[in-house]
Amino acid sequence: MESRAVRIAIKIGMVLVLAFLYVPLLIVVIYSFNNDIGQTWPIDSFTTKYYTLAWQNSDVRTALGTSLLVATIATLLAFVFGSLAAFAVHRFRFFGRNAVSFVLVLPIALPGILTGIALNNAINNYGIPFSVWTIMIGHATFCIVVVYNNVLARLRRTGGSQVEASMDLGADGWQTFRYVTWPAIRTAVIAGMLLAFALSFDEIVVTNFTSGTEITIPKFIYDNLRQPRNRPIVNVVAVIVLLVMVIPVYIAQKLAGGGESATGGGQRAALRSETEPGL
Amino acid sequence: MASATVGASRGMRARLSAFFFRHRLLRLAALLGPPGAWFAVIYLGTLFLLFATAFWHLDPFTGLVVKQFSLQNFQTIVHDPVYRTIIVRTVGISLAVVATDVVLAFPLAYYAARLAPARAKNAVLIAVVLPLWANYLVRIFAWRLILSPGGLLVWLFDKIGVHWSVGYSNVAVWITFSYLWLPYVVLPMYAALERVPGSLLEASSDLGARGWKTFRAVVFPLIVPGIVAGSIFAFSLTLGDYIVVQLVGNTRFIGNVIYDSVGVASNIPFAAAFALVPVAIMSIYLFVAWRLGAFEAL
Repeated sequence: MESRAVRIAIKIGMVLVLAFLYVPLLIVVIYSFNNDIGQTWPIDSFTTKYYTLAWQNSDVRTALGTSLLVATIATLLAFVFGSLAAFAVHRFRFFGRNAVSFVLVLPIALPGILTGIALNNAINNYGIPFSVWTIMIGHATFCIVVVYNNVLARLRRTGGSQVEASMDLGADGWQTFRYVTWPAIRTAVIAGMLLAFALSFDEIVVTNFTSGTEITIPKFIYDNLRQPRNRPIVNVVAVIVLLVMVIPVYIAQKLAGGGESATGGGQRAALRSETEPGL
Repeated sequence: MASATVGASRGMRARLSAFFFRHRLLRLAALLGPPGAWFAVIYLGTLFLLFATAFWHLDPFTGLVVKQFSLQNFQTIVHDPVYRTIIVRTVGISLAVVATDVVLAFPLAYYAARLAPARAKNAVLIAVVLPLWANYLVRIFAWRLILSPGGLLVWLFDKIGVHWSVGYSNVAVWITFSYLWLPYVVLPMYAALERVPGSLLEASSDLGARGWKTFRAVVFPLIVPGIVAGSIFAFSLTLGDYIVVQLVGNTRFIGNVIYDSVGVASNIPFAAAFALVPVAIMSIYLFVAWRLGAFEAL
């Protein structure tokens, strides 16, 4: 079908575009070892001293603590709300059922600035003080859909016959959940939570509007990016963030198994499940 | 009703589960209630309040919000040429980003859909998705490093004798956006290409069409919905972004007007009104996308 020339051209194009995707990330890693405080290329000498300095930096530590706290609580909330909504949609037919997926994905599908400013406006309007809690509320809202999508996809895949068999054999609702449903969905729940954690840890667009004076790791990068004095530290923090993101996403991918891709098309492609057949 | 009869001997828990088993509506309420309430209050509620705020205005003397219905903010947006320029600039760059991403996505999508053996296909798809999970800010930062004066690109250009620095400009903004949203365009395009039946291509070549002709007359019309579907993300995300422009640009986009109205000017009613601009543009875009059949391709 495709001629040889076309095939070669497409392969070359593919390699070039993949390079376009990955070279910038590599550049960030290289710069984190830059001895010079400036950002000119080529780099003259390399060092690891900024890794030590970043680790000792009190702002970085505070930001890391805040980020971990926010991500943990947002993930737990997303776990509860996302799983509940997934069960409701899977087990019941009700008015507005089709709208559930659509509404849950809105915070991710609409520009983040909209969620950000909506929350900021409400916080101001009701005189609520900015704190880790206001950050966490925003994060939980857009994390719910990640858990929801993973759990719902798994529930659809497992089917209902095992649950029926369990009920027929005399198990009550709790036992059926404990011994049949939970083992089937466990890995999907964990995968969803890992992704929610990663998503929260990563977030800046909404956080800027809900954090007041609190500093998260992305906000530390954002605030210090344009300050020459802190450049080397920012370089190092950027690399650490890259690594922190890769690990949970990798594990989530493994847990979710081949058929359903936990990462889907990344965060926003969560939208795609909305048009799944049978919904 | 086996669970109800057997359950009776197991006390409280069984009775509770039997109770829920018999009352479907309560079960549904228990499941849907908490996430529903959270979303109604925290998301839909605040969005509605934002919408209402768009019709309030700031008292120019006291700097306080006047909670009375007025179209003042919208009049400013329509009549002030500054905002028109910003809107045109934002939409223009967003479309340029979409076009760039469609071109860049094609070889990846085509390779994964039609040329790659099964293992390579998965590897390519994962390689495309993975950067989405790298921190958004770090990915912008990477381009700031590359494009800045004295950065890698200037050095590269210098080597080949071109003395040009992209610097912090609309070109830098365009490149960075294209980089950020590329994966979103690849995936639906891949899905669309994969659905093109091989038999159609064979038929086309049997009827004497060469490669280019087959692409233009058979493949392209079939993948248009997929391309449009992918473009929705690239377009919408560019439209609402404010951080890329702050970090690699030197102008203002729609997102910056909103951000500055909240932060610098603390004129939230105006920010709220201006936030409706991308929503309105997106509605038009989605309508066109829907007419082109993009939603079936998502």
